[in-house]
Amino acid sequence: MGWNEPSGEDKDKDKDPWGKGPGGDNEGPPDLDEIVKKMQDGFGGLFGRKPSPVRPGGNKSSPLVLLLILVVLAAGLVYNITYTIDEQERGLVLRFGQYNKIMQPGLNFAMPSFVDNVVRVNVGQVRSFQHNASMLTQDENIVEVEVAVQWRIVEPSDYLFNVVQPDLTLRQVAEGAVRSVIGKSTLDFVLVEGRSDVAQNIESLLQQILTDYIAGILIVKVDMQIAKPPEPVKAAFDDAIKAREDEQRLVNEAEAYSNEIIPQARGQGARIREQSNGYKARVIAEAEGNAARFEQILAEYERAPAVTRDRLYLDTMERVLSNTNKVMIDSQGSNSLIYLPIDKLMENSRTGRSVIENSSSPNTAPSSGQTSQGLYDRADRRDRGVR
Amino acid sequence: MLSRIMIPLIVVVLLVGNFSVFRVYQWEQAIVFKFREIEHSATEPGLHFMIPWVNTVQKFESRLLNFDQAPQRFLTSEKKDVIVDYYVKWRISNVENFYTATRGGDIEYANGLLGQRINRALRDEFGLRTVQEVVAGTRGEVLDIVQSTTDMVQSELGIEVVDVRTKRIDLPEEVSTSVYDRMRAERTRVAKDFRARGGEAAERIKANSDREREVILANAFKDAETIRGEGDAQATEIYASAYGKNSEFFSFYRSLNAYQNSFQGNNDILLLQPDSDFFKYFRGQQGK
Repeated sequence: MGWNEPSGEDKDKDKDPWGKGPGGDNEGPPDLDEIVKKMQDGFGGLFGRKPSPVRPGGNKSSPLVLLLILVVLAAGLVYNITYTIDEQERGLVLRFGQYNKIMQPGLNFAMPSFVDNVVRVNVGQVRSFQHNASMLTQDENIVEVEVAVQWRIVEPSDYLFNVVQPDLTLRQVAEGAVRSVIGKSTLDFVLVEGRSDVAQNIESLLQQILTDYIAGILIVKVDMQIAKPPEPVKAAFDDAIKAREDEQRLVNEAEAYSNEIIPQARGQGARIREQSNGYKARVIAEAEGNAARFEQILAEYERAPAVTRDRLYLDTMERVLSNTNKVMIDSQGSNSLIYLPIDKLMENSRTGRSVIENSSSPNTAPSSGQTSQGLYDRADRRDRGVR
Repeated sequence: MLSRIMIPLIVVVLLVGNFSVFRVYQWEQAIVFKFREIEHSATEPGLHFMIPWVNTVQKFESRLLNFDQAPQRFLTSEKKDVIVDYYVKWRISNVENFYTATRGGDIEYANGLLGQRINRALRDEFGLRTVQEVVAGTRGEVLDIVQSTTDMVQSELGIEVVDVRTKRIDLPEEVSTSVYDRMRAERTRVAKDFRARGGEAAERIKANSDREREVILANAFKDAETIRGEGDAQATEIYASAYGKNSEFFSFYRSLNAYQNSFQGNNDILLLQPDSDFFKYFRGQQGK
C-alpha cells in the first residue's frame, strides 16, 4: 500500500508531503512531474532496503519488482486522477475542500484524491415529485390540491454548497408556495376558472423562493393535477354541478316544448282556416243549390199557383204527420181537463205506433170504436207490462 | 544510509504535517481554539494551518439550515384556533456567538431556542390577525411578521434567519366539520340558484311559446271567421236574389221545408186539433 492512496473520506487531516502552503495555490498539472519523482524517491528508499532482511540475496530481482510496483502505482495514480463525466453530470472539484472548478462531460483530470475531491452531480435529469394536501382558501373553504413539480439542478455548486438537504428544502418550499397561492385564491377560482393561473403562480413563487435561497434549482414545470373539494362535501359539490346541468336541461326541455307546440299551433291554425274555407265553399254551394231548386220550382209554380200550393202543402203535411206520433184532440167547446201521459206516449212512440185520441167527448170515448182502438191497445199493453 | 535517515524523517514530517493542517470544506466554517479559547474563526474553505495540541478546530455548517418542528396551535383575533406548520431557514452568521450561545454549537439546541422565539413572535402576531388575513397573507408574510425577532436572534445567537414560511395553516378537526357544513350549505344555495334559474328560463320560454300559440290560433280564428262571414254573405246574397223573385211563395215553400225538417224524428208528438187546412176534409167530404 502506497502512502498516496489514502481513502478519499479522510477529509479532516490530510498530509502535505511537499510542505507547500494551502492547496488553494495549487494550479494542477505543473506539479505532476515532481510528484512522480518524489514518489520514486520515496519508494526507492522504502523498497530498496526492505527486502534485504527478509530475502537475502534477492537483490538481483529487486529492479524488476520495483518496476512492477512502479507500474502498478502509476496505473493507480492515473486511475485516481482521471474522471469520466457523463453527459448528464457535472463534476465539482474540491481542492482541500474548497470549490475549485467544474468538470464538463468527457474525460477530466484532477489532483490525486487526497488533494482533490470530485463530487458528481446530475444536472441533466429532470426530477419530479408530487405534493398533495388539503388547505384553506381565502374564503375559508377547504380544498384538496395535488401538484406535480418537475425540477432539475442548474447550478451544481449552489445546489451542494448553499442549502442543507436541498431536496427536503424544495419540498418544504413547494408546500409553502402551494399553500400561499391557494390561500390567496377563492375556492371557485381554484376549482374552476383559475386552475392554470394557480399552477403558474405556484411555479413563479416557488422559483422565486428557491432563487432567494440560491439553491441552484430550476423549476421546470408545476402542474396542478387535482383540485377538488374534500370528501365530506363532495356530494354537495357534485349536486351543484348537476344543478348547472339541470338548469340547461330545463331550458332545453322548455325549448323542446316550444318547438313542439308552435308548429302544432300553426298546423291547427291552418286547419281552422281550411275548415272555414270549406265552410265558405259549402255555404255558397248550398245557397246556389237551394236557390237553383227554388227557382226551378218557382217557375213551375207560376204556371199553376193554386194547385201547386195545395199539392206542396199536402205532400209536406203528409210526410210530416206520417213520421210523427199524433194525438188528435177535438176539444172544441169542451173545457174538461184531459189527462195526457206524455211519458207513456213517448215510450210508445218508440214502438212506432200512433195513438189517436178523440177526446171531444170523454164519456163517449169507449163507444167510438174507431178512435179508441189505440187506447185499448195501450191498456192491453199496460196490463202486459212494459216490454 | 540516506534511507535510514529519510524514512523516520518522512514519517515524522507526515505526522506533524497531518496534525498541523486542517481542511475546511466549501460548505463549512470553522473555529480555531487555542487551549479552548477562541483564537480565530476560519470562514474561508480550503487548507488551513494550526499548531497541534495547542490548537483545536471545530467545524460548523455554512449552508442554509432547516428548522421544521411539529405544527403549532395559535389563536387568531377572532379567538379561532389555527394549526400552523412552518419551517425556518437559517444560517450561522457568526460562528463565535453561535458557539458560545448554543452549548458548543449544538444545532438541535439552537433549533430549540429559535423555535421558542419564533413561536412566541408568531403567537403575538397571529393574535392580531383574522384567519383570513393569516391565510391570505394580506398583512404581510410570516417572515415580515417575525422580522424584529430575527434581528434579535442574529445578535444574540449568531443566527441569521433567512426565511420563515408556513407550510400549512389548518383549522382544527372540530372546526373543519363546521367549515364543511358551511361549504355544503353554500353549494346547496348555488345548486338551488341554478335550478331556480333553469326553472325561470324554462317558464319564460314556455310562456312565450304559449303566447305564440295563442296568437297563431287567434289569428287563424280571425281569418276563419272572416272567411265564413264572406261565405255567409255570398250565400245570403244568392238566397236573397233567388228568393226575392217571389217572396210570398218563398215563405210558403220555406215553411213547408221547415215543417218537414222539424218533424223528422219519431220522438215528436203532435197534439192536433182537426181544424187546420189539412183536416179540411177530415169531418166531411164537403169540407167545413
